[in-house]
Amino acid sequence: MNNSAQNDKYVFNFNFDEYLDIETYKQRGGFSALESALKEEQDNVIKKIKQSGLKGRGGAAFPSGIKLEMVNRAEGAEKYIICNADEGEPGTFKDRFIMTHIPYQLLEGITIAAYAAGAEKGFLYIRHEYPKPRKRMEQAIKELEEAGYLGKNILGSNFSLELQIFSGAGSYLCGEETALLASIEGKKGRPQIKPPFPTQSGYKGFPTLIHNVETLTNIPKIIEKGPEWYTSLGTDDSHGTKLISLSGDVKNRGLYEVPFGTSFHEIIYEYGGGPLEGHTVKAVNIGGASGVLVPPDRLHVSLEYGTCAEEEITIGSGAVFVLDERRDILDNVHNRVRFFLHESCGKCTPCREGLRQANILLERFRNAEASYNDLEKLERYTRVMQDASFCGLGQAAGNSLKTSFHYYRDEYISKIRNEEPAEVIA
Amino acid sequence: MNNNVEITLNGNKISVPAYISIMEAAKRNGINLPSLCHHPDQRVKAHCRVCVVEVEGRKNLVPSCSTQVADGMVIKTNTARVRETVKTIVELILADHPQECLTCIRNGNCELRQLSDKLGLTNIQAEPSVKRYPIDLSSSTLVRDNNKCIKCGRCAEVCHHVQEVGILYSHNRSTEICISPEYGKKLSEVSCVHCGQCVLACPVGAIYEKDETSKVWDAIQDPEKHVIVQTAPSIRVSIAEEFGLPAGNVSTGKLVSALRNLGFDKIFDTDFAADVTIMEEGNELLQRLKTGGTLPMLTSCSPGWINYIEQYYPELLAHVSSCKSPQQMFGALAKTYYSKVSGIPAEKIFVVSIMPCTAKKYEAQREEMRDSGFQDVDVALTTRELGRMLRSTGTDFSTLPEGQYDEPMGDSTGAAAIFGATGGVMEAALRTVYEVLTGEELKKLEFEEVRGMEGVKSSTVDIAGSPVKVAVAHGLSNAKKILESIKSGKADYTFIEVMCCPGGCIGGGGQPYGSTNARRQERIEALYRLDKDMELRKSHENPAVKKLYDDFLGCPLGETSHKLLHTHYSDRSA
Amino acid sequence: MTSKINVQDKSLLPTLLKKQKDSPFNFLSEDDVNSIAKELKLSRSRVYSTASFYSEISLSPRGKHIIRVCCNAPCENAGKEAIREAITKELGIEIDETTEDKLFTLESVNCLGACFMSPAMRIDDEIYGNLTPEETVKILNTYKKEHVDE
Repeated sequence: MNNSAQNDKYVFNFNFDEYLDIETYKQRGGFSALESALKEEQDNVIKKIKQSGLKGRGGAAFPSGIKLEMVNRAEGAEKYIICNADEGEPGTFKDRFIMTHIPYQLLEGITIAAYAAGAEKGFLYIRHEYPKPRKRMEQAIKELEEAGYLGKNILGSNFSLELQIFSGAGSYLCGEETALLASIEGKKGRPQIKPPFPTQSGYKGFPTLIHNVETLTNIPKIIEKGPEWYTSLGTDDSHGTKLISLSGDVKNRGLYEVPFGTSFHEIIYEYGGGPLEGHTVKAVNIGGASGVLVPPDRLHVSLEYGTCAEEEITIGSGAVFVLDERRDILDNVHNRVRFFLHESCGKCTPCREGLRQANILLERFRNAEASYNDLEKLERYTRVMQDASFCGLGQAAGNSLKTSFHYYRDEYISKIRNEEPAEVIA
Repeated sequence: MNNNVEITLNGNKISVPAYISIMEAAKRNGINLPSLCHHPDQRVKAHCRVCVVEVEGRKNLVPSCSTQVADGMVIKTNTARVRETVKTIVELILADHPQECLTCIRNGNCELRQLSDKLGLTNIQAEPSVKRYPIDLSSSTLVRDNNKCIKCGRCAEVCHHVQEVGILYSHNRSTEICISPEYGKKLSEVSCVHCGQCVLACPVGAIYEKDETSKVWDAIQDPEKHVIVQTAPSIRVSIAEEFGLPAGNVSTGKLVSALRNLGFDKIFDTDFAADVTIMEEGNELLQRLKTGGTLPMLTSCSPGWINYIEQYYPELLAHVSSCKSPQQMFGALAKTYYSKVSGIPAEKIFVVSIMPCTAKKYEAQREEMRDSGFQDVDVALTTRELGRMLRSTGTDFSTLPEGQYDEPMGDSTGAAAIFGATGGVMEAALRTVYEVLTGEELKKLEFEEVRGMEGVKSSTVDIAGSPVKVAVAHGLSNAKKILESIKSGKADYTFIEVMCCPGGCIGGGGQPYGSTNARRQERIEALYRLDKDMELRKSHENPAVKKLYDDFLGCPLGETSHKLLHTHYSDRSA
Repeated sequence: MTSKINVQDKSLLPTLLKKQKDSPFNFLSEDDVNSIAKELKLSRSRVYSTASFYSEISLSPRGKHIIRVCCNAPCENAGKEAIREAITKELGIEIDETTEDKLFTLESVNCLGACFMSPAMRIDDEIYGNLTPEETVKILNTYKKEHVDE
């Protein structure tokens, strides 16, 4: 585990041996950002967040300050804030640690963001699989309310925030903003047509700010230390740090706070200590189930939004999962496909039927009973799924498939039963 | 103000309104993009994805149904990428769809089949994945074949948002997704109102009316049976659509000839019974006004509506008129009055109705509907079933001769004709009630305020110096609004017309496929033209009705009327 | 009275979860679904639709303790199948089955967010990581013992 001490180069400063209490948090400067933010104009707070260049850490990397401003400017009798703690991306466990170890920094971030957006009511949407973090957050909310950092007239100001916890019920898709809203409104967690975007018309039709846990936890530090400090972390392209959930075949699995600009090679070999003794890295799955497969010769790419976009690497939630030479790529891809097949809401054809077919075809490959035609079909269904699905789930479901066709094509070919070339398909 | 935007569609620069979708823009410029989940009268769903197109600058293909045009947008609808994608999506749907097209009830008008044909799909490479659900035959009116469901959501949308009955909904997730009542229950196990709007919404053969045409063929073949048929007011303006002719044709004469060709012994008109209904219902209203009966009085012609109030608002049943619907008045009179006049024993008379409605099938089978001593109406067929019978006999509808209804139950008035449109029963009733109450001739017969497609309409009519407040609702979500206002005591109406289906009977669940609101409007207009062109336009002026009362019934609400033409309702809530 | 429908209701999901929690068999019965529909003025099909969508809600009876074995790639590579087999062998139940004494139900779950200690499983609100088949059996025995002690 990453034991970065109180360090000016970090935003989260995790100490995994310590479960912070509210007094210690205060002693370390906690809530000073909230105090100063409440004395400022909302626009000033928004300006600072915009200047920091903070981007959404849930996966979409939308500029957080702009989102804040959109909700602030939107017309609405009421406004809402929702903290998205539906951390469902396989291989990701950063929000869990934030909630269990530094819940106050998250809540302070939520309160500052709510103030800037003009939201006086909100939800903390926590996935059902996180009972302990939920209890911890319930307790922390109570403590903050008692101490006057949440609830009515926060710190004597005119600003109030009523925050309640909403428990998910087991649906990966609810991490998607509109599905999350549908879920709070008591419906199936299925994505809705955009526009309107939640910033315009979200919970009950009111402008709603939805931010990921990690994103919001950045905010107190940006306000406390200033946007210039924040932009000094990372690179010109991507400011700040990123939480990386490192798992799989490495020596030191765990959560790491990594400055932008670090290469994936460094993440795996320096932070993670490299592959297990006597083994070599075969592939790295970056961005969770919805991410891509990257071969070892491309790990020099650095963790940066711009660079990764160019290299077609999905940073996503920051999950990095290492596979060594013992692993079968097709097993991995099939696991991902089964995951999406289970989590697909089923309403759009390409995702529902594409995944159904991909599952059948991968089974056939793994049993070494496939044909060239099956490979052609699998590639075609993947293209259609990526190109025509309703939401990001179906679009992303094809990422590991697509990259596996590209980098690990031999593994498919080796499972083809008859070696005759594919028939030409009209 | 110019609200247009300039777009480029397949290289053509065009100007279109800023608020429309790409699908609509394409339609207005010569391209019908494929669609399955899209329905012009429903909210946009963007589920099926067969309408995707390429938009410059967008990473992925976009659904044309849910994407609004924007200035400078460059759209391509037939690139190799779009064609491969759309074809693959349809292929994927077909892999999950039984290949039973030749024997499917929708053979010939299935939207999926038409789309597959249009795209030139010649083989399905995807693995067949049809799940075998048992076919639900439990309902007396509808058949649900979930195997054929393509999960477009159109039926659930109409059931939940247009009718607000909430029987069909989408359950589970992923490939387990299933559109059905809760727990996959049968239709007979839930409080379905049999309106059949789901049938009209379905693009394929996943839900359809219970076909009873063979019962009718059997009766016609049976020399012992005297088979008579009645045609509901709205059939004459919709049957032509079964033959691909445009909506809004008035084809009364051809309808009569077509039925005669099929071999019916007598061709009668439900419009005759509609005039009788006005006599009874109008007098019931007058009696309730005089004796302090329960008001507002609610109409009772629409069986889907009766099912709804019995199952969901039984506490308000006292408001409902005791009059049977025209179909059932006809049936009861056919096996009594007509039997007497013709000298044919009632047990030999077989009554067939041609109805725009699936709920009429249920109504005909009710225990209460046997006041003649027999089942008053033996079989109720929908417009679609009649279309099927006619097509099977090689009928070329447009060249049929103009026939005439038979006596003594074939004469009718314009008041009866408009029963088929929302507001029509109200207007017909007002024409009669006004004249009976005032003893004066009504100068202007048209009550414009109760006409049209608006969900809830109201009007105040001055009758003999006292204002009478009336309302009209069509579609059950609108009926619900009225019922809630009665419950809360806010409804100060005297008389309310309620029709189960949007637009009234011309929009019924038994009408031809493609019954969109635009078509409903055309059918409505045809009915009002029909009314206008008729010599007699008030029910109480119908000579055949006068004769019926003189020779058989006595007077409205009299003893015979009470026995044959009125009924009672029950609390059927679950 | 079944359905005077409201289209949205924010309390539906919490109501479903609460009712399930109160059930001794960790599930929602048809009566539960119907009574919630009545209480929230939603159609039964709407309530059922939501209940049937979420994987944490069960519409059939389950055991007192629910064992959820993570089936995602990090846990799969770390040997979750051996863990699942150990549980099946120890308790005699496959995925989605309940022991005859109604003490355990075995389920498969998508990512517990515990990939830093895969393979992992969750029993009720407790998460166990870095599992070995032997360790897993020991854990199961503590639950069995607790039951005997009660």
